[in-house]
Amino acid sequence: MSAERRSADVIVIGGGIHGCSTALHCALRGLSVILIEKDHAGRHASGVNAGGVRQLARHVAEIPLSNTSMAIWHGIAELVDDDCGFTSDGQVLVAENEADLAGCRARVEDLNLRGFHHEEMIDARELREIVPAVSETCPGGVISRRDGAAIPLRATQAFKRKAAERGATIREGVKVTKVERDGANWRVVTDGGDFLSPRIVNAAGAWADRIAADLGEPVPLEVIAPMLMITAPMPAFIKPVVILRGRKLSFKQFGNGTVLIGGGYLGRAIRDENRTILDWGKLATNAKTVWDLFPIMRGAPILRAWAGIEARMPDDLPCFGPSARHDGVYHQFGFSAHGFQLGPGAGAVMAEIIATGHSNVPIDGLDIARFTASTAH
Amino acid sequence: MFRPMSDAKSAAALSFSFDGRPLIGRDGDTVAASLLANGVTVCRETPVSGAPRAPYCLMGVCFECLVVIDGVGNRQGCMVPLRDGMAIETQHGRRQPEEIQG
Amino acid sequence: MKPLTEIGQLAEHYDLAVVGAGPAGLSAAARASELGLSVLLVDENPAPGGQIYRSITTTPVSDRAVLGQDYWRGLDIVARLKRSATAYAARCTVWSIAPEVESDGASFEIGLSLDGRARLISARQVVLATGAQERPFPIPGWTLPGVMTAGAAQIALKSSAIVPKGRTVIAGCGPLLYLLAGQLAAAGAEIVAVLDTTPPRNWRAALTALPDFLRSPYLAKGLKLMAKARRSLRFVGGVTSLAVEGSGRLSAVRFERGGTSQSIACDTLLLHQGVIPSVNLSNAAGCAHDFDPVQHCWVPQLDDWFASSVPGIAIAGDGAGIGGAESAALRGEIAALDTARRLGRITMQERDNHAAPVRAALGRTLRGRRFLDLLYKPAAQFLAPTVDDTIICRCEEVTAGQVRDAAKRLGVTGPNQMKAFLRCGMGPCQGRLCGPTVVELIAETRGTSPAEVGYYRLRPPVKPVTLAELASLPQSEAAVKAVVR
Repeated sequence: MSAERRSADVIVIGGGIHGCSTALHCALRGLSVILIEKDHAGRHASGVNAGGVRQLARHVAEIPLSNTSMAIWHGIAELVDDDCGFTSDGQVLVAENEADLAGCRARVEDLNLRGFHHEEMIDARELREIVPAVSETCPGGVISRRDGAAIPLRATQAFKRKAAERGATIREGVKVTKVERDGANWRVVTDGGDFLSPRIVNAAGAWADRIAADLGEPVPLEVIAPMLMITAPMPAFIKPVVILRGRKLSFKQFGNGTVLIGGGYLGRAIRDENRTILDWGKLATNAKTVWDLFPIMRGAPILRAWAGIEARMPDDLPCFGPSARHDGVYHQFGFSAHGFQLGPGAGAVMAEIIATGHSNVPIDGLDIARFTASTAH
Repeated sequence: MFRPMSDAKSAAALSFSFDGRPLIGRDGDTVAASLLANGVTVCRETPVSGAPRAPYCLMGVCFECLVVIDGVGNRQGCMVPLRDGMAIETQHGRRQPEEIQG
Repeated sequence: MKPLTEIGQLAEHYDLAVVGAGPAGLSAAARASELGLSVLLVDENPAPGGQIYRSITTTPVSDRAVLGQDYWRGLDIVARLKRSATAYAARCTVWSIAPEVESDGASFEIGLSLDGRARLISARQVVLATGAQERPFPIPGWTLPGVMTAGAAQIALKSSAIVPKGRTVIAGCGPLLYLLAGQLAAAGAEIVAVLDTTPPRNWRAALTALPDFLRSPYLAKGLKLMAKARRSLRFVGGVTSLAVEGSGRLSAVRFERGGTSQSIACDTLLLHQGVIPSVNLSNAAGCAHDFDPVQHCWVPQLDDWFASSVPGIAIAGDGAGIGGAESAALRGEIAALDTARRLGRITMQERDNHAAPVRAALGRTLRGRRFLDLLYKPAAQFLAPTVDDTIICRCEEVTAGQVRDAAKRLGVTGPNQMKAFLRCGMGPCQGRLCGPTVVELIAETRGTSPAEVGYYRLRPPVKPVTLAELASLPQSEAAVKAVVR
């Protein structure tokens, strides 16, 4: 725990929710951990996202991790001594027409066949009960009842704090410049000196491709800046569920009346300056969608718009699991704007893999090899 | 709360209402100034606790003077010029879930 | 001057956009326009003048003596703007400034709103002249109706010729306190007490530099009027604490001085402890700021020409650091000269020649400023309230005790992280009324300084934009394709 510690059983690079969760779970397993973060824990994507704790509409390959994580979310206060602002009011996907609805039904059936039951169909009646303002033509949708939301920065920092309490060394404001082999160890070179460990976890978010490249596992990571807006408090007009509307809108009214509007529209990120630039033209489209669907929102003042710096992989799936090239290297990045809910569980699974060599939670389809196998080295 | 100086230059009188009460204001004044000149002491209740608030800075910085003007809420009274016939209302803060329109 | 009353009347591009029509903005716009630049001057108020010359062209106050000689000087500055070719949009807010995508910072995309419609335009250079705001003055009960800032009373007087009814107490420190007492008394208000919180030990730092206007004929006249009116008036110095009493509304102000506590019944309490630069727009536009230990506030990083850390954005007037109205106009001129040089309209030599006399005048107006800053630096208990249940974030109703607790128990080191735990700074005012206090509380609790604690990272829209206004902006073609799952 002393600031002088330079070596440990595991070094985690990156202090987002994934890095902090892995650090905590390794510490809980009795491993010594050093977490290295170039700014402060939760400074980037993990601290500024919409806070959605969502299983709804996930790619099948992520669902096992998501299930593990959801169990943790529902007992988060016991794990990290902070409820992280987690509330569970469900998340709803609205089907715009009968064709959409048929697609939803097929998806739910497929999930059921695979043994996943977190998504349920809802009919027009129940949809309008939850979202009274939705258009009359929406025939129904899908609900994931245990879904909800949390406060992202608070949750990330809770994991960091608990990890520190359990013996992890947390080094913030320290930037990794290079990773290289040093005998049986990995040498993590930083602007605050070097660190050594036989095991490193690359949880460096939008900067993880650089670590991966150092390790001879280059990946086509795209730096993106998903944008969000929040309004002034509005009179309560929907229950506090998150609403998805195809690919164009995510929408939630909090208990304090403010409304969070997202939709996956991208601004610009300048990752080496920790800076994002908003694209008002796209935010206008986002606003227009809300304007069309919820007339009561038209006069709502937008109090703030922002964007985080996030990593996207070409197939929108993370790189999660052991390195394809080296022993003692693990990857946990590329969550493509939907990694927040996965953080708690992914950290637990990663720690299990590190400590025991395997996990019972399936992570097929998430390995980094799918990008690097075809590259010559 | 406020009253006109005795020798203020005159201007056209405007009719408006506050919470349904008919009041008179001056052309050229903002909504907030008009309310203050008419002895209105509370213009909103906060969304957090329902506490009574009134205009504080009169220059658009504090956001205390939020009122409902002609049905649209979250209007800064100090930034909106009074117009004849305006219907201004107290902005009531926290709404309860029962108010969800079915 | 070309008045613009509808958003459609703005051109797509300007050489220079000036934000704020106070003395700095008016002077910068006029000078730049005189040098041949195409200039847009944008201001959120219905008429020019900013705060110091508020309503100078429209004030219903008929007795010129009430507002004082200094105020009326503003007419000349406005007249110069009117003679220039500047395009001037009143009642127009600027809610975003960002470098334009294609141009790599060679021009700026500016988001504005006028009359309920929003628009994006571009300008090659920007001068921010958004001035100053009152330094937040959190005391127990300051959120109760009946309590306002001294500046608010001045605005009410200048713009509407209205004065507080009933018994009025003015409290705090700074030159404006006495100026306002005089103005309000001359306008017929009943000032029952002026409570001065200037820490007595500050006088040692500034004894030889009593500000001239404390001896000005205007203030003497105001004092004479107060005496004439035979109202009860008390000047109380060395006040060490203030609290508002009342249930649902102000009914009295309680103060402490010399270890004793007293209460004065009143109908209006006006608070003032100096002004600080308004930093929200400059911060959100990416300009770097430092904490100025003498003025005890955040000021933008600027060079000799008032260029900020963002190439192409200059900051003039009190928004660049508090200097008063006369210095504001001069700084606006200097910023405009450098803007013209950057755009190749004048040479560096011409710029320097034009600037020389302006700089000399500027030096004269700023002389003595330091002593004012030292004299009127608020005492610690008025920067970081000692009473824990004092609300320090008015929008979200967060108390001083809550901030101290989060800084100590949860180890929260800065205001941006504090937001996530307590919501302070997340309300509509965007931290304008809580930011400085949050920084002081964190610094005090953690034994560091405001400079080390840092300030909020502000985000646009810096002024309110409704969903409807945003929805009416032209949508970009890439919008539909650029969605992330």
